[in-house]
Amino acid sequence: MTEPVLSVRNLQVEFMTRRGALRAIDDVSFDIAKGEVLGVVGESGAGKSVTGMAVIGLIDPPGGLAGGEIHLSGTRIDNLPPEEMRRIRGKRIGMIFQDPLTSLNPLYRIGDQIVETIRTHTSLSERAARRRAIDLLAEVGIPAPEKRIDGYPHEFSGGMRQRVVIALAICAEPELIIADEPTTALDVSVQAQIIALIKRLGRDHGTAVMLVTHDMGVIAETSDRVAVMYAGRIAEIGPVQEVVRNPLHPYAKGLMGAIPTLSGEETRLVQIPGTMPRLSAIPPGCSFNPRCAFAFERCRIERPEPIRQGTQAVACHLCDAAAKDSAA
Amino acid sequence: MLAFTLRRAIQALGVMIAVGIIAFAMFRFAGDPVNQIVSIDTAAAERAAIRKSLGLDDPVIVQFGRYFADAAQFKFGVSYQFRQPVTNLLMERMPATLELAICATIFAMVFGILMGVYSALHRDGLLAKAFQTISLIGISLPTFLIGILLIYLFSVTLGWLPSFGRGEVVRIGWWTTGLLTLSGLKALILPSITLGLFQMTLIMRLVRAEMLEVLRTDYIRFARARGLTTRAIHFGHALRNTLVPVITVAGLQFGSVIAFAIITETVFQWPGMGLLFVQAVHNVDIPIMAAYLMMVSLIFVAINFVVDILYTVVDPRLRSTVSRPA
Repeated sequence: MTEPVLSVRNLQVEFMTRRGALRAIDDVSFDIAKGEVLGVVGESGAGKSVTGMAVIGLIDPPGGLAGGEIHLSGTRIDNLPPEEMRRIRGKRIGMIFQDPLTSLNPLYRIGDQIVETIRTHTSLSERAARRRAIDLLAEVGIPAPEKRIDGYPHEFSGGMRQRVVIALAICAEPELIIADEPTTALDVSVQAQIIALIKRLGRDHGTAVMLVTHDMGVIAETSDRVAVMYAGRIAEIGPVQEVVRNPLHPYAKGLMGAIPTLSGEETRLVQIPGTMPRLSAIPPGCSFNPRCAFAFERCRIERPEPIRQGTQAVACHLCDAAAKDSAA
Repeated sequence: MLAFTLRRAIQALGVMIAVGIIAFAMFRFAGDPVNQIVSIDTAAAERAAIRKSLGLDDPVIVQFGRYFADAAQFKFGVSYQFRQPVTNLLMERMPATLELAICATIFAMVFGILMGVYSALHRDGLLAKAFQTISLIGISLPTFLIGILLIYLFSVTLGWLPSFGRGEVVRIGWWTTGLLTLSGLKALILPSITLGLFQMTLIMRLVRAEMLEVLRTDYIRFARARGLTTRAIHFGHALRNTLVPVITVAGLQFGSVIAFAIITETVFQWPGMGLLFVQAVHNVDIPIMAAYLMMVSLIFVAINFVVDILYTVVDPRLRSTVSRPA
């Protein structure tokens, strides 16, 4: 098997506050292979975005990595000096943010912003970079790119701006794209186009994609594998069909149950009672235990570690018990 | 763009008419001008004749119309104390004031922006904290005190720089400049610092606050995620966005720099319009006071106008909304 493009091992991210360190990401591990799309889902505050920011090295003080390792195509990148990490950002890892309306500098032509990025990472001349910028705009589906390249961000619609942002993220042909809720700020019809675009780019260039979203529909449509995050940890990770059709973790079950369907009988959507705990008040044992209908004694004491179950990995004592039962 | 410019021009004219009314009112409420021209024993008939010859018995509206029409051609009457046309007096003094105001503004902009950017980027640095302290002094100390302190330090104690006047000036047409002689340049230093210090601290604080604000925006985060160099992010992307409000304030402040020059000119005996105005107040020389008011207002209005136009140069978003007919 070839080396994964991104390999995250036991990642921990902490934010220093006056009342001590808050652990936003705790012991998160996952891999993304070449050309693979990994969806990361979870509620707000589950640590999806922070994981993405940690990979690209943009966690600002008072936050910081507290442990674990991040490898990009075999090289460790979490302990690089800032200047070397800067060279990786934009060149080997591209990033797409949530709000295309605020991601572009309003005072510069989009062409200038693309050319600036290309010339930061390659030795192309001004003219060659401009030609490449036009090609990129065409590739992300902007009509009449040779004219639009001289437009200012406010002259583009939200969907078009997100295309420009994507062009910026891929302009140095990165190995990995981190897309942090790339469709959340867009309306539904545009969402589908952007998702299709990201998917196509990943396929055409063999780029690994980490897609952060809270939209299960987007994940089901786009991803090869999915990681369900809860309170800074991965609850369940596995191939998208398995996790959607046959979720093992009670939290993942709850999430899948909350997806409305058009077909079939009218049933009430499942709702997970309660809310996710604050980082300062994560309960002992399994962090999901106060909201879990199946919680038992062990869940309140011992923290579950991820257990392999076929192609899936689940951090739940229930599955552990099942595994032991079947083994016995 | 044209419609926008025209609208602004009409607004500016409205402001000038309002100021004209106030300037004109000064004549009517600061005593009878005839009494100031004639001596105590002038006969009533003679006074009436003078009044008639000056047009002071016409209706107020007619008098105002005449005053404003003259003012629009920069004719402000004759000074009571100097017996010379006010316009000549002001024109003679204007270069001194403008040179001082421009030097003070350049000083304020250069140091204000540099210190502001530095203290935004190194928020917790020792130098940044020192700048903050200096800015506190600049904001809270009154101008005349700063001037006197500077004179005490650099003129009296160290003897490096002159304490008053413009030094040697060179005449170019009707304009006199102190920028071409060494003594003129030396004489400019202390008054410029005195006059510009308040603006400098204002600009510094504004730049710092704006810069911190801009550094938190999404497009700066995205610029970092694109791997741009810190230098390109700070000076290419952040600074330009910071400068939009700074231009406004610096532009508008130029007007008050000219107005504040009254105090600085008094402290340094700088032969500008401000000093002329202070002397006019002492002598109840109303034509000079009224003309000064009109001139300063005109400069204010003109600057406002230019700043509005400048906006559209810096910020492309305004350009297109302005050119699109509303």
